[in-house]
Amino acid sequence: MENLLAGAEMLARWDVIIALLVGSIGGVIIGAIPGVGPAVAIAILLPATFSLDPIVGLTMLLGIYGSSMYGGAIPAVLINTPGTAVNALTSYDGYPMTERGEAHRAVSLAYSASFWGGIFGILCLILLSPVLALIAPMFGSREIFLAALLGIILVILAHRGQIFAAGLLATFGIFLQTVGLDAVTYTQRYTFGLSFLSSGINLIVVVLGLFALSQAFFLLTAPDSSPDAKPVKGRMSAGLKELLSHKRVATVASGFGVLLGMIPGTGEFTAQFMSYTYAQKTSKTPEAFGKGSPEGLVASEAANNAVPAAAMIPLLALGIPGEALTAMMLSVFYVHNVIPGPQLFQNNIDLVYGLYLALILLNVIVMVFLLFSTNLLTRIIRIPTRFLGVMILTLSFVGVYSLRNSLTDCMIAAGFGVFGLILKRLNLPIVPIILGMVLGGIMEVKLRSAMPRLKTPLDMIDRPVSFIIFVIILLVLALHVRTLIREFRAHQPEEDHDIHDSQMR
Amino acid sequence: MSRVKTLQSLFKRYRRPGDIVFAWILLGVAAVLLSQITGQTASKRGAKLFAQPWFWPAVSLTGMTVFAAFHLLGSLLSERLEGRWKEVWLWISSLEYAAWFIAYAAIVPYAGYLPSTLIFAVLLTLRAGYRSAGALLAAAASAVVITLLFKAFLQVKLPGGRIYEALPDGLRQIMLTYF
Repeated sequence: MENLLAGAEMLARWDVIIALLVGSIGGVIIGAIPGVGPAVAIAILLPATFSLDPIVGLTMLLGIYGSSMYGGAIPAVLINTPGTAVNALTSYDGYPMTERGEAHRAVSLAYSASFWGGIFGILCLILLSPVLALIAPMFGSREIFLAALLGIILVILAHRGQIFAAGLLATFGIFLQTVGLDAVTYTQRYTFGLSFLSSGINLIVVVLGLFALSQAFFLLTAPDSSPDAKPVKGRMSAGLKELLSHKRVATVASGFGVLLGMIPGTGEFTAQFMSYTYAQKTSKTPEAFGKGSPEGLVASEAANNAVPAAAMIPLLALGIPGEALTAMMLSVFYVHNVIPGPQLFQNNIDLVYGLYLALILLNVIVMVFLLFSTNLLTRIIRIPTRFLGVMILTLSFVGVYSLRNSLTDCMIAAGFGVFGLILKRLNLPIVPIILGMVLGGIMEVKLRSAMPRLKTPLDMIDRPVSFIIFVIILLVLALHVRTLIREFRAHQPEEDHDIHDSQMR
Repeated sequence: MSRVKTLQSLFKRYRRPGDIVFAWILLGVAAVLLSQITGQTASKRGAKLFAQPWFWPAVSLTGMTVFAAFHLLGSLLSERLEGRWKEVWLWISSLEYAAWFIAYAAIVPYAGYLPSTLIFAVLLTLRAGYRSAGALLAAAASAVVITLLFKAFLQVKLPGGRIYEALPDGLRQIMLTYF
């Protein structure tokens, strides 16, 4: 309880409140514009937050992260284009409802389900905290190494149908973080005699290139379009009442969100698919799914909004990011010398609780904001795409250049921008590169520090937690092989899907 | 025959045009980088395998090469998609916008943040095909707002333009600090 109060005290500052307001409302707007996702916004704002207090910078970025999915539901429902990657399934049932003239019902139901998922996720986080504080110290170097390895394996396997490409890109990410001066032996690695490579390839420069610049190039090289969303009439609070008749689906979906959000490498997509499948299988009207079923809409929105809070669990407790957005947030922690990991719960527990409370507040702010401003957002959606590209490019400059005032950084970012554009055009995922860079770095450091205590390779798994993680790794691999064999026997080619397309925004 | 076919379907992916070009290039890059492992990394005497400076580059590049080879195999075994070179041309043409970005970054230390951003936003809006006064005004207004937000309000580290040196005393200070 006193920790909660200390957290509340941390938030009771005008600059934190402003950051929270800017982050959460800005996040909704950014989420509502198809073509700019939270990744682009967080990448651009990241360097700007370095000069702020850790709690101010983090609440702003957390605001964007947690609220963008609310906004993303609007274009998903109204114009069949998900505003952010994770609203893809929302459009399956949301848009048919709009076509039936039930746009108002769909949007308000989406908000309510999002709110349910968001709050459920945070409550789980708060309830789990004492357990985390107990378990986290059991994670030594070898456990964190194995958990990071599990993250890499999962991020590769999560890209079904594109496993080779995901593996290629994840290992490319691991390679990128090795470039430069080796911190232990002080030897050059893959610098080719170029002085600017000695300090390594900066993660934020890569993130800005792959997410922000590539999106600008993508929009500028594609034909111009201006999405047209019709205004919605009616009271937005109506959805809350209807949600209560779907509370079973909403709660189970949020549960999936929490569970998969905690596991590095899986995240919103898998959570959404699993909860959607669950909702369909247990529904009285499974045939309505995909044709405007409110249950489908609730399942998808509740699941994806439960993820941000859950994704904070491995990040805060172990310092392991589960996806690109938490990987970016990790760099904010590092810049402020707050090292997420087992010690965080012992030394900075007030910061942890401050973040929890910020998450609750942002859900409330966003919900209130949306009840009154949905129609304003339908107008913002209409920004022409190429103009959006010009704006992203202009904003990206601040992000890259303010890091070190280096023109070389801008060139590297531009290079990664073109690479990101190629990946987007080819429908290949970007996230494995970022996770490869971050988790690869963690694996290298942790394996080295675990070395002196290992006599034989088996010592790696002679502690309970490390053994459990090792078994999970084996299980994941075995399950994957089993699925492959099944598919091989069933002769069923997978359906083409654009899901990874949207994952990159 | 049917067995071969199913093996092929195992490697088949749903691709976009240009995938095979990407697969070849990435395999080439991975193989070339891997071949440089002895020259580009050092080896430390007496150190254990995992602590060798070359260990992680070797692991990642081997992984890259293997995955790239399978990716290429998947591409080769899938149906040919039309429009490969058109797609590659689009990748190349995106370099134009990369050049715009680098040029913008290059002129900021000379022309100052506000003037460079204004010029860049308006010119790029024109290049993107907008001709209406409304669009150009919106671009100029956004440039001013972005400058004010980041430089004046958030005090982000950006250099003052050399051009500001020519301004009279009071104005120069204001421009250097806020724009």
